[in-house]
Amino acid sequence: MPITHIMASGMGGMRTAGDLVAWTQMTLKMKTQDAKKYVAEKLGIDVLSLTDEDVMRPLREELGIGVLTAVVGRPVGITAKLKISEILDIKINSVQRFKELVGLAI
Amino acid sequence: MKDNIFTRMGDGERIKMSLPKVKEEIAAGVRDASERGQIPELSAEEQEKLFDILAESSRTVSVDPGEEVIVTDDGAAMLTYCGPDDSGVGIPISRETAHLVYERVCAADSSTAGHIDFSFKPAKAVINHEMNDYFTISQKTTIPLFYGSQPNMGLYFQPDGPFPNPTELMPMGKIDEALASMEKAAEYMIDDLVFFGKEMAEIGCEGLNFDTSGSVGDADFYAALQSIRNLKEVLPDLPIIIGSASEFIMGMHGNIEFDGRRLAGMYPHQQAQVAEAAGASIYGMAVNVVTTKSFPWNLARALTFTKATVESSNIPVHPNVGMGVCGIPMFDLPPIDCTSRVAKALVQIGKADGL
Repeated sequence: MPITHIMASGMGGMRTAGDLVAWTQMTLKMKTQDAKKYVAEKLGIDVLSLTDEDVMRPLREELGIGVLTAVVGRPVGITAKLKISEILDIKINSVQRFKELVGLAI
Repeated sequence: MKDNIFTRMGDGERIKMSLPKVKEEIAAGVRDASERGQIPELSAEEQEKLFDILAESSRTVSVDPGEEVIVTDDGAAMLTYCGPDDSGVGIPISRETAHLVYERVCAADSSTAGHIDFSFKPAKAVINHEMNDYFTISQKTTIPLFYGSQPNMGLYFQPDGPFPNPTELMPMGKIDEALASMEKAAEYMIDDLVFFGKEMAEIGCEGLNFDTSGSVGDADFYAALQSIRNLKEVLPDLPIIIGSASEFIMGMHGNIEFDGRRLAGMYPHQQAQVAEAAGASIYGMAVNVVTTKSFPWNLARALTFTKATVESSNIPVHPNVGMGVCGIPMFDLPPIDCTSRVAKALVQIGKADGL
């Protein structure tokens, strides 16, 4: 059932920019259309491209914000989230904690 | 277009329905929601659009490019390792693997971790284990990882909890004692939820999900709202989803208020407003499914509530679309023809911010 919803109306998670819009929505309490515009502006692309794998796959790799397929030696997980928080200018709690643990400025 | 379409009943049974009957069912479902919730009916154009979605001949349907919304959940990744009580598939894999599969195989927009019992009270007893697992998983995941559970006030009443059971006291005429028991349970529940939230925040919790809030009625919903307010006072950057148990807050107590508003009897568009006032980041609405009514009737009804709720809320609204909610048939394997039509209708016509 969750997979049907993902296919029917989901943004595509790390395939595209679904996680980025989700991060924005939950941290800034933005409605979806506003969150999409916010993310698109931060990435320098148009809103329609947020769900275009052909645009987002190379862009995610270039920005180091995690790609769906395994790419050896590139950021994923907490290292990708650190980049995501910087690019989107949002506070991600796990990233804040990670910075505390490794002595990075918060 | 054919004279009849295949559709279903609220319990998932496949039926054949004439096109005029589909339109009648839509109109009746819209009217029912409008009358119960005192909310506007869907316009004729919106009802026609819903008809088109229902009558589309393909097995599954989807939104148009650019209309996609994010997907949140109440433990979808857990379904991989959960057993029959949760309609899980029971594969013996770790929690960590389950969330990574959900993220990178299913391409989910977010994921929700939780204790297998999925209630905060039993999870409190093993909170160090929960914190350790959450922290480990959150280092590996890239999508937002919520920690979710149900407030579930029922566990605070005897025989599962410390307080006299209101459902036993009320038939005996002990109304005051029943009300006092609910009020006391709410106090304890708030303590537990706030404790849990603060502890999880210590290890960098990315978000909390108070799922199925209000399952025991107004005192239960109140405790969830007050817990959010208390947590946000000390942890303003902690995102919190509040998901509702049903379309209607049951007045088990009857006199519980939040910010001077009586909670008993609130429908989703009113629940969203108090959720926003409490400080919630996302509100998850629920609309009950009537299994003896048709899928078109149930979806039209859910859609009417959804549109009114989205319009009355300043925070994102994610209709709960699990089995037996917001039009999805009450069946542990909801047919994908219905599931995809619910998704398309709630997003395209209801303007839901997510599901």
